[in-house]
Amino acid sequence: MRTYLARKATLYVLTFLVAVTLNWLIPRLMPGDPVQRMISRAGVQHPESIGPMVEYYEQLFGLDLPVWQQYLNYWGSLLRGDLGVSIWLFPSPVEDVILRAVPYTLGLMLPAILLSWVVGNWMGAAAARRKALDNTVLPASYLLTATPYMWLAILLVWGLGVVAGWFPVAGGYDFGRRPTMSVAFVLDVLHHWFLPFLSLFLVSLGGWAIGMRNLIIYELESDYANYLAALGAPQRLIRRYAFRNGLLPQITGLALQLGTVIGGALVTEVVFAYPGLGYLILQAVQNADYFLLQGALLFVVVGVLVANFVIDLVYVVVDPRTRTGLQGANA
Amino acid sequence: MSLRVDDLAVHYRTTRGDVQALDGVTFEIADGEIMGVAGESGCGKTTLGKALIRLENRMKHVRGTVTLDGEKLPIADDRAMDPYRYRRISLIPQYAMSAMNPTRKIGRMIRELVTAKGVAYEDVRPELERRLRLVGLDEEVLGRYPIELSGGMKQRVVLVLATLLDPSLLIGDEVTSALDVTSQKAVARALVEFRDREFVRSVVVVTHDISVLYQMADTILVMYAGRLAEKASATTVIDQPLHPYTKMLVGALPKVGERYDDRRLTGIVGRPPSLLDPPGGCRFRDRCPLAMPRCEEQPPFLEVAPGHQVACWAVA
Repeated sequence: MRTYLARKATLYVLTFLVAVTLNWLIPRLMPGDPVQRMISRAGVQHPESIGPMVEYYEQLFGLDLPVWQQYLNYWGSLLRGDLGVSIWLFPSPVEDVILRAVPYTLGLMLPAILLSWVVGNWMGAAAARRKALDNTVLPASYLLTATPYMWLAILLVWGLGVVAGWFPVAGGYDFGRRPTMSVAFVLDVLHHWFLPFLSLFLVSLGGWAIGMRNLIIYELESDYANYLAALGAPQRLIRRYAFRNGLLPQITGLALQLGTVIGGALVTEVVFAYPGLGYLILQAVQNADYFLLQGALLFVVVGVLVANFVIDLVYVVVDPRTRTGLQGANA
Repeated sequence: MSLRVDDLAVHYRTTRGDVQALDGVTFEIADGEIMGVAGESGCGKTTLGKALIRLENRMKHVRGTVTLDGEKLPIADDRAMDPYRYRRISLIPQYAMSAMNPTRKIGRMIRELVTAKGVAYEDVRPELERRLRLVGLDEEVLGRYPIELSGGMKQRVVLVLATLLDPSLLIGDEVTSALDVTSQKAVARALVEFRDREFVRSVVVVTHDISVLYQMADTILVMYAGRLAEKASATTVIDQPLHPYTKMLVGALPKVGERYDDRRLTGIVGRPPSLLDPPGGCRFRDRCPLAMPRCEEQPPFLEVAPGHQVACWAVA
């Protein structure tokens, strides 16, 4: 068990190093010069002042240094917990910009992924049990999985937002309000949250249901299920075993999904102009904001790694086969 | 009389028609008898084993009855069979290696199974441990997962598990086929011992391996193409078989103490007929050296000596 954890930890550290390096590299490979863009946005009147401004900003962001120096500085400040200053929202520190967006993304993605996982598994299991359900749940699930989620999002905005007028069509909260911890504000946030949540929930629901249905049917045809049936064990017991064993691959699937939580719903956030991380990443790309992009992607990387690590641990608990496999073949 | 099977016929439904895997089989098994069923692949021996405990979806009961301890079994009714299963008829399946839920500890799985059958685990636990020790396993295996056991250990656990409620009839389908020779012997011995101690009253062992039957069976039933060819005591079948098919089957086995350096073992030329639309009369006649015009008629399964039945015009 200890060697297993040590090996896993090494793997995660290596992945982290590579991912953080790519994080730094990829924004710099984008076309466009962030400082030029910033200055042109500022609409400078005197052409002669542009030179000193460029120099000032490049020095401020450390972009005038040799590339290797920039890379080392990046690691240095990262280890001090400093993500730099946003170019797009100059002079806000990247941490502040990201921390403001993270609750929205987490609040949107976590319930959507977890609830669709729970409900989808339950629906799939029910479909595997009854022919009539199978004939309705399965086609509906295929339809849902095949639906692009931004398209469903647009449909929902149009149907329930524009036409019916039940839900707001954009934003994380009403633009006329200030974020406070009042009941009215929380209700307003929930009101804005519902449609993006629903679009994500519905689209992932189908995939989970199909997966679980197939897994359960497979388990019900396995040898142990056949043997229990031959010994006249009640269907309830056989189904319980099949459900539990079918759940194992679904847990892996959940791990992969959870990893996408943070960067996830980029398109959904764009459709709903929802102030989460995905929206932030889009803005960072459009403004060649190296530091914001690095910071946001770092969150994604850490999210994926933490989610995977948690699932690794969960798996050891729920599936005895991984345990013996890791201790070496003594079976 | 423990088990009586009367004119049992079971077909497999396929898209091309019914495969007559079991076509009018009649035999009896006495109390305490271990009967081996032998024959080549597709002769219906596994179908016979399954028909006695659980028909698969694509299997269809066509006619015939199965009577256990004087009680007729509702073999065509899956639900009605449930109370008989495990308590009265039990099974060691062909796939004993994977017969246990891989994610449950063995003890817990047994607890859940017997509880579901209305038996308190605490009541059977001492007996369970005693029997595990009897087959050379420590009770500690109850706290392990199936993957932590070797193939032979799993086979023995399944033997104990299958007979825990003292069934009248135990069906063993290829119980030794997946094991090495040493484990084969251990399992065969354990099976005989379980019968001797009356954990099971009688046993049907289905196998393609006649030499295994010789070690443990009291009687051997030879099947060919869905019908019975010969039934007699194990020694009679091995030493003085009557049916030409049995003779050739036994003749194909190597003998202990003889060298086969440059001699080939003789096999049986030809293939069994398709059971989709089997020919009338004796089904072995195309491969039979003793075939004669009368073989166009189906030979009856007749008793030629006490406890020795044969279906062949030439020898009966």
